[in-house]
Amino acid sequence: MWSETVKKELQGIMGEKWVKDDPESLVTHSYDGTPMLQSLPDAVIYPENTAQVSETLKVLSKHKVPVVSRGSGTNLCGGTVPVQGGVVMVMHRMNRILEVDLQNLTAIVQPGLNTKQFITHVEGLGLFYPPDPSSMSISTIGGNIAEGSGGLRGLKYGTTKDYVLGLEAVLANGEIIRTGGKLMKDVAGYDLTKLLVGSEGTLAVITEATLKLVPPPKYKKTMLAMFKDIYGAARTVSSIIENRIIPATLEFLDRPTIRVVDDFAKLGLPLDMEAILLIEQDGDEESVERDIARIEEICRSEQAERIQVAESEAEALKLLTARRSAFTALARLRPTTILEDATVPRSKIADMVLEINRIALKHNVTICTFGHAGDGNLHPTATTDARDEEEIHRVEAAFEDIFEAAIRLGGTITGEHGVGLVKAPFLEWKVGAAGIAVMQGIKQAFDPHQLLNPGKVFAKSSRKRVVIEHG
Amino acid sequence: MAEPRTMEHGMTVSLVDTLKNKLDYDQLTNCMRCGFCLPACPTFRETGLEAESPRGRIALMKAAVDGLMKPDAAFEEQMDHCLGCRACEPACPAGVKYGQLIEQTRDSIEQHTVRHRWWVKSARKLAFDGLFPHPRRMRLLGGALKVYQKSGLQKLTQGIGIMNLFPDELKGMEKIMPETTGSGVIKEIGARHPAKGEKIATVGLFRGCIMDIMFTKTNVNTVRLLTEAGFEVVIPDAQTCCGALHAHSGEGDGAKKLAKSNIRAFKEAGVDWIATNAGGCGALLMEYDHLLHDDPQWKEDSAWFAPRVVDVAKLVVEQGRVPDFAGDEQAGVRITYQDSCHMRNVMKSSEAPRKLMKSVAGVQFVEMVDSDRCCGSAGIYNLTQPDMAGELLDKKMDCAKNTSAQYMITSNPGCLLQMKLGISKNGMENEMKAVHLVDFLYENMVKKD
Repeated sequence: MWSETVKKELQGIMGEKWVKDDPESLVTHSYDGTPMLQSLPDAVIYPENTAQVSETLKVLSKHKVPVVSRGSGTNLCGGTVPVQGGVVMVMHRMNRILEVDLQNLTAIVQPGLNTKQFITHVEGLGLFYPPDPSSMSISTIGGNIAEGSGGLRGLKYGTTKDYVLGLEAVLANGEIIRTGGKLMKDVAGYDLTKLLVGSEGTLAVITEATLKLVPPPKYKKTMLAMFKDIYGAARTVSSIIENRIIPATLEFLDRPTIRVVDDFAKLGLPLDMEAILLIEQDGDEESVERDIARIEEICRSEQAERIQVAESEAEALKLLTARRSAFTALARLRPTTILEDATVPRSKIADMVLEINRIALKHNVTICTFGHAGDGNLHPTATTDARDEEEIHRVEAAFEDIFEAAIRLGGTITGEHGVGLVKAPFLEWKVGAAGIAVMQGIKQAFDPHQLLNPGKVFAKSSRKRVVIEHG
Repeated sequence: MAEPRTMEHGMTVSLVDTLKNKLDYDQLTNCMRCGFCLPACPTFRETGLEAESPRGRIALMKAAVDGLMKPDAAFEEQMDHCLGCRACEPACPAGVKYGQLIEQTRDSIEQHTVRHRWWVKSARKLAFDGLFPHPRRMRLLGGALKVYQKSGLQKLTQGIGIMNLFPDELKGMEKIMPETTGSGVIKEIGARHPAKGEKIATVGLFRGCIMDIMFTKTNVNTVRLLTEAGFEVVIPDAQTCCGALHAHSGEGDGAKKLAKSNIRAFKEAGVDWIATNAGGCGALLMEYDHLLHDDPQWKEDSAWFAPRVVDVAKLVVEQGRVPDFAGDEQAGVRITYQDSCHMRNVMKSSEAPRKLMKSVAGVQFVEMVDSDRCCGSAGIYNLTQPDMAGELLDKKMDCAKNTSAQYMITSNPGCLLQMKLGISKNGMENEMKAVHLVDFLYENMVKKD
């Protein structure tokens, strides 16, 4: 429990300035990027180094005070809302790049480092860090690791988990562990690095990360294809991959999204299209040109209504506008925007989109879908109003159906946002009762007193899954 | 600290009630807390604290209205910390009108406030009520300042150190004050000016209050630039201060009064456009329709006025015949540009000024890193929040130095003064000169007669 004693002990570690329990600090750390969630912590703290994190966790575990570690609080699963009170540990002061190793092509960074700043820094050195979550201009590397963040380049380059080689982390009892290293191969015991990536702050507090860097692509080309038949678009996606071409980005907008985007950005998009694909390829100039020409052929053979290939950077930017303004356009429709990330095998994209549209109709809610078609990661987005309780119930029921459909099609309830609070009741649908039991065993081993980000990932009670048979 | 305010009929109204009454709850709800505004916010970048960000401030406003927290002294201070640069607005996916929310909050606080530093309080009272709204008094002040500057009194006060009695931030400002005039643009060149060549449209010049006495020459040059570009220019003498400093400081009622006078003045003049060379004024002028939204009598007239307001550079580029900028004397000169926040974020004019500068033959335009970040001037922010303003100015001057530019060009009087202050503080007077965009363009314009 939080008390004056705990406060004094923490002030002894971090200094008075960095232990705050005034109303202003509590209110501004009661939320994250997830709609409709708010819960006040007892205090907000800002450690400066690993030693302070370790000492702090010793104090907190002695007094059994819950702790939520966080970066910028941009996650969309309620992952950093302090639902059981306690302490919010903000990692912003630990924001340095400790090393970029040009011989091993690795970087060592602190968790509070801004993602975009890191990407820009390594680009300046002629290197490339591909994970690019949409929130990267404000998110932190630590937050990306905790959530296992994805992004637009996931299909070809993988996601955050593919770039974390090693970690330093502090356990609930204050002990410091180091995993992995500047190593491309390492099978010494269980892979704790991968286990901590995506663990949502429930297993340990990450204090340092060793990241993999790659050489940047030399050339890039962008194109847009529009389809009247959603299956044509979906077959195009599968066919591109079958032809052994892995594009750098392969993004998708469905018909309701096209309408909203066009209304917002006045792009003059044909409104009778069922799907738009935005495709980018990077690499050597010769192979990029060859791939784009082949992709164009595939789009044509799948009856694309319109194909545009950008001949300049300015034109490429124009083509990207439709995809880039999707979120902004949707966010302005209604006061509350709920963005989910149901994911299916990419061969099932068309089925999933049609399923989402059917579900939206059934529950009488507005859901527009866009997302990363290349890796099957869709963003069905509901636009609603948090103040309308009855409508919110319908939205929740629709998302429940969407999760169910994703799993039925061999997919998952979340591709890149994490489970956090909002998807905890559905986790069992994906991993099964035995899966939950194993995960709980792991949690127990790391954090026996349930102090690290309590209330997340595991729900008090799982939602009963109703499987609807379709004739 | 906020105190309950006693109404005329004896009822007590708390700050919470006033906030509930004034704040647009729809806008508070529209913030979805995605956090995209954080990297755009100068105070968040400086402190790294969530409460110092637009998302944090909106959460505080909402918490106060929802009863989750009491709007205490720290709350009020936090609202004062905001520069009002509105860089968060273009960054916001949901289009939350943060500028309106912060003004509604400050307006509420101002109604309950009893604390201000003595010199802030008296300066505000004098400037807001007694000075800015009165062009004649402003000109008299300009004349007095001119005497002060010309007579050697300025040198004398600087010499005997009388300015030491004043806070540092005022001292710095006194040193870099431009040479003022007691006349203003109309007295200098008259109120009506025909277009050169075929007339494209009639433009009403918004001369500004501080602008017109401190930067009379810039107003004169604006008229000449506009006539050269094909516009007939009229300067309605009945116009007054725009009210921006009032509105940003929680004096909404004062701002409304001024808005009505200005609308009347320009409507009578029958203009097609209302041009301004000050981003800070322009941003409020083009939001007069919002400022007066709860006054049905002014609905039609403010809807006429607001969409006609435009930045001089944007007007010349988009509607006019761009004059010839020969730039002979400037051959090989390096120039850079500091955006006026309100011109960029509210008036949406950032491309046009750059286009015009680049069109000056022979000059080399260097984009400054973070040219879209607030310089810390922000109306009277540099006087009321000197610490934060000073930190922002230091960062700005580091970026300025890296450009190695000989001219620091900007398009708002506040920014211009702040740039001059930065140059003087850093002892860079010999390397870099701060000038208004219009003056730079006019100097380089080929004069046809």
